[in-house]
Amino acid sequence: MKKNIFGFLRGKKTKPLPVVNNGINTVPLKEGQADAPLANVQHLEPQQFIYGCGQSVGKQREHNEDSIFALSIATGGETSNSPIGLFVVADGMGGHQYGEVASATAARTLAGYLLKHFHPYLVDPSTSMDESIQDLMRSAINDAQRAVTQAAPGSGTTLTAAFILGQQVTIGHVGDSRAYAIHPYGGGEPLTRDHSLVKRLEELGQISSEEAAIHPQRNVLYRAIGQGEQLEPDVFTARFPQAGYLLLCSDGLWSVVSDINLFQLVTSAPDLQGACHSLLAAANEAGGPDNISAIVVKLTA
Amino acid sequence: MNRYVIQDIIGVGGMGSVYLARDQHFPNVVKLVAVKEMINHAPDPLVRKTIVQNFEREANILATLNHSSIPRIYDYFSASNRSYLTIEFINGKDLEAIINETPGFLTEQRVLVWAIELCDVLNYLHNHKPDPIIFRDMKPSNVMVNLQDHIVLVDFGIAKRFLVGQKGTMIGTEGYSPPEQYRGEAGPLADIYALGATLHHTLTRRDPRLEPPFSFGERPLRKINPSVSAELEAVINTALQYNPEDRFQSAESMKDALAAAGRKTGVLNRVGATTASIKSESTIKPLWAFQSEDEIRGAPLYHGGSVFIGSYDHNLYSINAADGTLRWKFATDGGIVTRPAIYEDNIFIGSEDKLLQVGGARTGKIAWTYYTEGCVRSSPRIAEGHVFFGSDDNHIHAVNLLSGRAVWKFETAAPVRSTPFVTQDMVYAGCENGDFYCIDFRGELKWHYKAKMAVTSSPTVMDGVVYFSSLDGTLYALDARAGWVIWRFRMGKGSISSPCAMNGLIYVGSADGNIYAIDVHTSKETWRYKTDHQVGSSPVIYKDALYCGSADGNLYSLEQQTGRLRWKFATKGPITGSPLVNDDIVYTGSIDHFLYALLA
Repeated sequence: MKKNIFGFLRGKKTKPLPVVNNGINTVPLKEGQADAPLANVQHLEPQQFIYGCGQSVGKQREHNEDSIFALSIATGGETSNSPIGLFVVADGMGGHQYGEVASATAARTLAGYLLKHFHPYLVDPSTSMDESIQDLMRSAINDAQRAVTQAAPGSGTTLTAAFILGQQVTIGHVGDSRAYAIHPYGGGEPLTRDHSLVKRLEELGQISSEEAAIHPQRNVLYRAIGQGEQLEPDVFTARFPQAGYLLLCSDGLWSVVSDINLFQLVTSAPDLQGACHSLLAAANEAGGPDNISAIVVKLTA
Repeated sequence: MNRYVIQDIIGVGGMGSVYLARDQHFPNVVKLVAVKEMINHAPDPLVRKTIVQNFEREANILATLNHSSIPRIYDYFSASNRSYLTIEFINGKDLEAIINETPGFLTEQRVLVWAIELCDVLNYLHNHKPDPIIFRDMKPSNVMVNLQDHIVLVDFGIAKRFLVGQKGTMIGTEGYSPPEQYRGEAGPLADIYALGATLHHTLTRRDPRLEPPFSFGERPLRKINPSVSAELEAVINTALQYNPEDRFQSAESMKDALAAAGRKTGVLNRVGATTASIKSESTIKPLWAFQSEDEIRGAPLYHGGSVFIGSYDHNLYSINAADGTLRWKFATDGGIVTRPAIYEDNIFIGSEDKLLQVGGARTGKIAWTYYTEGCVRSSPRIAEGHVFFGSDDNHIHAVNLLSGRAVWKFETAAPVRSTPFVTQDMVYAGCENGDFYCIDFRGELKWHYKAKMAVTSSPTVMDGVVYFSSLDGTLYALDARAGWVIWRFRMGKGSISSPCAMNGLIYVGSADGNIYAIDVHTSKETWRYKTDHQVGSSPVIYKDALYCGSADGNLYSLEQQTGRLRWKFATKGPITGSPLVNDDIVYTGSIDHFLYALLA
């Protein structure tokens, strides 16, 4: 199937190319150019998650109140070999006490809880798990909530975690840090929904996304870890973007760099560390008003 | 300064405290006043001065107000960085305290009276000359109920002047404010929204500040508090419209609507209003109906202008899809509860006579037979040149289509009644003791999961996830490659209905009588539809409608996205088999011996 498509693009004389009159001049792809995006894809056993992560305090803050956690586990051999990944971003609230304590506690507690409960399965894959993955994520978030309320009462933090088993990404999310799916050719979309007032207004059609970006209350969240008694995180499972990337970041990145630029920076970077570099640089260039955190994840073919 | 002697602290707010004081200017009488203290936090002296000036200007306006639901303002003064307002002391409790201290729902009658009084005072404020006064802070904690059970509005937000803009991320929203208030555009209609929000909270006991903003639509009044009349619910919903133009355009018109609702609800016994009108059953007529000699428990198959259906009368029938006339029938030696399968003009059918038989689709003549050692109650699945099916002989059979011989037989712990699902060189099937298997094409077990009770229904795989329901009342979503449980959805009772997935939703029926639509990613219920008896049939999606039968005898057609009833067709017996839709015609069998064809 693939060969036919690329043969077609190389201008084989079997079919004339359709004529499109929209004033845009195009040039046929050169020999091998069409294959280029897939050229880097090397098949490697076993499949594994590779990632890059980076943080910057930004240009206007003195302390970093963001926390991140990244873990990739690969197992090879004759038995079942699904790769495992766990990636977390947490953004502590400025203006509340101990923002950095809140975010660190949330990220570590959640990661610790997930790993502890998943550990028996890692050791012996034939162990049956009592809790479903989604329930495990919910329990982990509740544990993080308990820990943050104890360690830093009165504080708050966002929490966006991606627990990846094989191809299935289970995300637990509270607040306005974001998870994005980025496709290899430069497109993408956010996977999470901000728990912010302006997002609600936008969803209702009361304000546009441009107005939301500059709204004076764009930082107001209606849901966060450490706040409120009944926590209702968003928990859902989606497929890992085919040949693409998963990006987790705090609002210090997405609020000053447009989505399109985020996707472009990630897909055009030479490697994942380079991608993080570019993302942080772009946010700082745009003024760096807040702490910046980013984790970029890829699944090898 | 010595005029007021503080006796007690009535309350504490974000800006300062409220004291109960005695006004010493009236020595012969005990005159109690409330003294509200507001602390000026502004660091800059010029800003501080402006705040005090604004406060005093507003206090002046409030002092001119004269309404039984507005406390009198007696005095105001400022000293160092604090300002004070002396107001009439209201003896009573605020609505928030009343809601929290009352164990059940408050009566509609009482709330309606309060609502009308609130409209009255809002009307007074909005008609104030020269400038209308917008209250802007309507919420239960600002509504006092005095000892005569009358409403008094307190806290005219005068203290809001003292809120210096806070930087950075804040948590918490006001919950009662309309969307336009966040655009800085609050007018009288904002008060109407806030009043609607206050009434909603009062009647449902659900605090909007604890919920996502502007989500009243997700908590319909009568769903939470069924004792509320539909008329009152309608009035409150109008007040809660997100677009100001859609609300009552004045407090007066809302008051009129409330009064009208009150007149109607003078009736004691209200019969619940029926939902959207549905076509009565008599208008749904089948295109044709074919009668067999016993129950039709299985599902039909369409191929080449014929509908194939098995019946408990032992026969496999081939029926003309257009007019319901018989083409041929083939007798097996046992009841048929399975759905036939088709491959290259050959029809495959399993029967309780323990055989899988294969015949010509056009003629009904037998081509070959495959023997098992137990009743065949699992429908065959054809893929990759093989036919896969289960049998009560505790095996999943994989039979080569060309040779008619078993390539492998996988032993299970109990009878297999579910139809195997085949994808990406894996075979998935459940069996009657709850075991669920993933087997590769060589017949080797890849992984295995144990549900608490039988998995009779057939699994389905979509996007790398395998879904199946169990008699233990759970719909499972497992990773198709490795078998870990991604999520579980609990239903009221067990299920033998095979789930059907489409467009991010998965549909399944349960013995609790419901047809569920569940979001595939979040595992949250999107809608459910209640039928009058167990739903053992499996739902089928065609275009934007869902079709499913129930043991109550009806075939239901629901809107796929919302679960709203489009129509229902009554047969004379329970429907256990799944329907089939082809070319805008839906076919269903029933225990009443008939196979029906209806317009989709």
